[in-house]
Amino acid sequence: MENLKEKIQAIAPSAVFEENTQVLTVDVDKNELHQLAENLKNDESLAFDYLQDIIGLDLGDALGVNYRLFSTKNNNQALVVKTKTDDRENPTLHSVSNLWQSANLYEREVYDFLGIKFIGHPDLRRLFLRPDWKGFPLRKDYDIESNPVTLKNESVEEFEGSEKLELDSNGHIKESNFQLFDDKDYVVSFGPQHPSTHGVLQLRVSLNGETVKHIDPNFGYIHRGIEKMCESYTYPKILHLCERLDYLSAAINRHGFCLCVEKALELEVPERAVYVRTIFDELTRIASHLLGWASMANDMGAITAFIYGMRDREKIMDIFEETAGGRLFTNYSVIGGLMQDIHPNFQKRVKEFIPYMRKMLKEYHTLFTNNPIAKQRMLSAGWLKIDDAISYGVTGPSGRASNWHNDIRKIEPYAAYNKVNFNEITRENGGSFDRYMVRLDEILESLSIIEQLIDNIPDGDYKAKTKPIIKLPEGEFYQRVENARGDFNIYINSKGDKTPYRVKFRSPSETLVSALEPTVKGEKIADLIMIGGSLDYVIPCIDR
Amino acid sequence: MFDFKIVTSWIDNLLRVDLGLDNFWTLAIEFILVGVALLAAYALIALVLIYAERKICAFFQCRIGPDRVGKWGLIQVIADMIKILTKEIIPIKRSEKLLFFLAPFFVIIGSFLTFGALPFAKGLHAIDFNIGVLYILAVSSLGVIGIVLAGWSSNNKYSLIGAMRAGAQLISYEISAGLALMTMVVLAGSMQLSTIVESQADGWFIFKGGIFALVAFVIYLIAGHAETNRGPFDLPESESELTAGYHTEYSGIMFGFYYVAEYTNLFIISAIATTMFLGGWMPLHIPGLDGFNQVMDYIPSAVWFFGKCAFCIFLALWVRWSYPRLRIDQLLKLEWKILMPISLINIAAVAVAVTI
Repeated sequence: MENLKEKIQAIAPSAVFEENTQVLTVDVDKNELHQLAENLKNDESLAFDYLQDIIGLDLGDALGVNYRLFSTKNNNQALVVKTKTDDRENPTLHSVSNLWQSANLYEREVYDFLGIKFIGHPDLRRLFLRPDWKGFPLRKDYDIESNPVTLKNESVEEFEGSEKLELDSNGHIKESNFQLFDDKDYVVSFGPQHPSTHGVLQLRVSLNGETVKHIDPNFGYIHRGIEKMCESYTYPKILHLCERLDYLSAAINRHGFCLCVEKALELEVPERAVYVRTIFDELTRIASHLLGWASMANDMGAITAFIYGMRDREKIMDIFEETAGGRLFTNYSVIGGLMQDIHPNFQKRVKEFIPYMRKMLKEYHTLFTNNPIAKQRMLSAGWLKIDDAISYGVTGPSGRASNWHNDIRKIEPYAAYNKVNFNEITRENGGSFDRYMVRLDEILESLSIIEQLIDNIPDGDYKAKTKPIIKLPEGEFYQRVENARGDFNIYINSKGDKTPYRVKFRSPSETLVSALEPTVKGEKIADLIMIGGSLDYVIPCIDR
Repeated sequence: MFDFKIVTSWIDNLLRVDLGLDNFWTLAIEFILVGVALLAAYALIALVLIYAERKICAFFQCRIGPDRVGKWGLIQVIADMIKILTKEIIPIKRSEKLLFFLAPFFVIIGSFLTFGALPFAKGLHAIDFNIGVLYILAVSSLGVIGIVLAGWSSNNKYSLIGAMRAGAQLISYEISAGLALMTMVVLAGSMQLSTIVESQADGWFIFKGGIFALVAFVIYLIAGHAETNRGPFDLPESESELTAGYHTEYSGIMFGFYYVAEYTNLFIISAIATTMFLGGWMPLHIPGLDGFNQVMDYIPSAVWFFGKCAFCIFLALWVRWSYPRLRIDQLLKLEWKILMPISLINIAAVAVAVTI
């Protein structure tokens, strides 16, 4: 730790280390940021190769950006690099998108919401909002009336071009425009209304015959401004918004937010609640993987497999409904524990489900995995190398298929995960088939986790006592959880009020979509859809 | 066994002798009767097949299928038909209007012309050419014109990609299907469908023709399946990537035409397979077992024909609802590198075997 501090100090003399923070946090001057970032990435002894998230926030007098870095080679050492710019009129920072591919979308997001321009970013467009949007919504002085809802038809503007900022030799900022697609490109728009984009996503794909040349994902069709809403919601209310991010990992997201608040409050959660929450998380994961499997099969034209997956997912939904009342959104974890105690039938039904699911998995392999067409197609397309996976931030099952050990249940165990034995499923090759198989194998692991917990749920309270109005102490709080798509991170910046100052969710799906470009380039259209299915992204998680 | 010639010659007799019409009017009335009967059969078979597909598909997927309209959902298909007839036909701006409206008719006419040449039962055969097989191959490929026109005239990128795929796919698989049928023509020594059926009286070709017939049968089923544009060969439609492929822009009865043609094409492919490989309407005869053969003869020929067709259709549905879709390069590889060389070798081998 001290060694790391010294090294950073040597690279960036202005660096100031913050005291009493959860993770090692360093403040640097914005002019030293790029130099520091380059060293953190490229220095073998530091090797911060995974940029998990870029969090932009309005500090009042300045606009700040937090870079959350991890070193996959150095025991997942975490580091937060903070920088800020005082210029609110024309804020600029140096882009790190040449170092980490994941920064590409993150910086566009920060630009979109806070208006910070990143010099050297190859494609600085708004990410979620329309190009004609006025103002930057996450700034505290944003006027909510500045974009009234028009009742007339707005002209549909095709944003063909993009802005690019570069530094010329004199250190002046030079603006230039470039075209995303050539005039001769055959650009096909997949979405926003399309059966296989798994949500309201638009992919503009330029084709050469059947072969994909270039993909441009276009987000924001269902953006709900959840992060902005969070700033005026109390903590128990925000829980409901969490579920509506990645709706297939609803219980896990909600659990994650509870954990973050409980950590900030230093609240002891009863063991009973911890166990039940873990079981719920794993059931959610199974349900999500089943749907992921089913819709991937459907993307390849195997409708029967789709129905099989939906049929078995229904059993989990029924279990949820009985105990929690909700099916997709269980509304079950609350700050301090659970909403109510488990249903008397819960353990019995879960125990019935485990052997049933094991039997069905064999059927899936017979029906689909070993089908010659399915196998040939999955084994022939969609390779993602481990370096790309880390650079693009492809976490979760998709990253593990590229042999990246990134399971947060193992790295930073939370809830009851340090009390159970389970394997982290990884595969070597990073192809579509590997991503497919990781999901099915993870279902087995989840079943084994549930099996270890279900008979050992301790007696006692299901909820700790909390104050009627929950106020978090001042500070910044991070909590990572492993949702069904990967690294879901919750960032809460609290000023001590009953509402947070800034909340940021890291969406694993966003990086999955950005990883389409390296994975699909040069493959056929049919494979674009199949690889999309194998990455298994959920759009509402991106369009927060 | 009941011969449908009795009915047809009675009608002919009625018109010529009892009503005293001359040759022209007799033929004119007969043509109209045949046309109406075929059209009715065409629509009826499509309806039955749609119902059967929905029920069988539900069975494969552990569902119940339609069961609300009528007993066991029997009237569901008719209700759907009425719905599709009353739906609005949406004209597409900036589409090639004439070709856009013409395209479905090519598809319907293509399959309808084939329909006329099928021997449904003993004596129930509208046109019996001496080049029946050639005729069937020729008119059944008319449909591809309709599909390519539909994709082109819709002015839609998905449709165009679907149409291009359809063109590549249908023309490729036509070769294997044709070669497989030619193998049976070599065995039968005739291109006339009635002769081919008659020559299977002492055993269907699938049993009589040995390994050649079996290979040709399997190839024909695969190639024929590909020609019907149904999964795993439904690339021109491939709803997961091209939404609905070449017929994305069609609505109402225009879409209905494609829908009906898809099902009747499935029937036609099964009917041709039945006629060429499974003995058409010919009952199962085992040489030497006269008693057994006589019992088999009591079953009407139409039952034999439609029963065998149903078997082939069931095979097609089974494959469709179990297999994922092929990719375009795999699809073409399957045809040009696997099926076509095998059928060429097969036809050469059978020619040698017949000569010897």
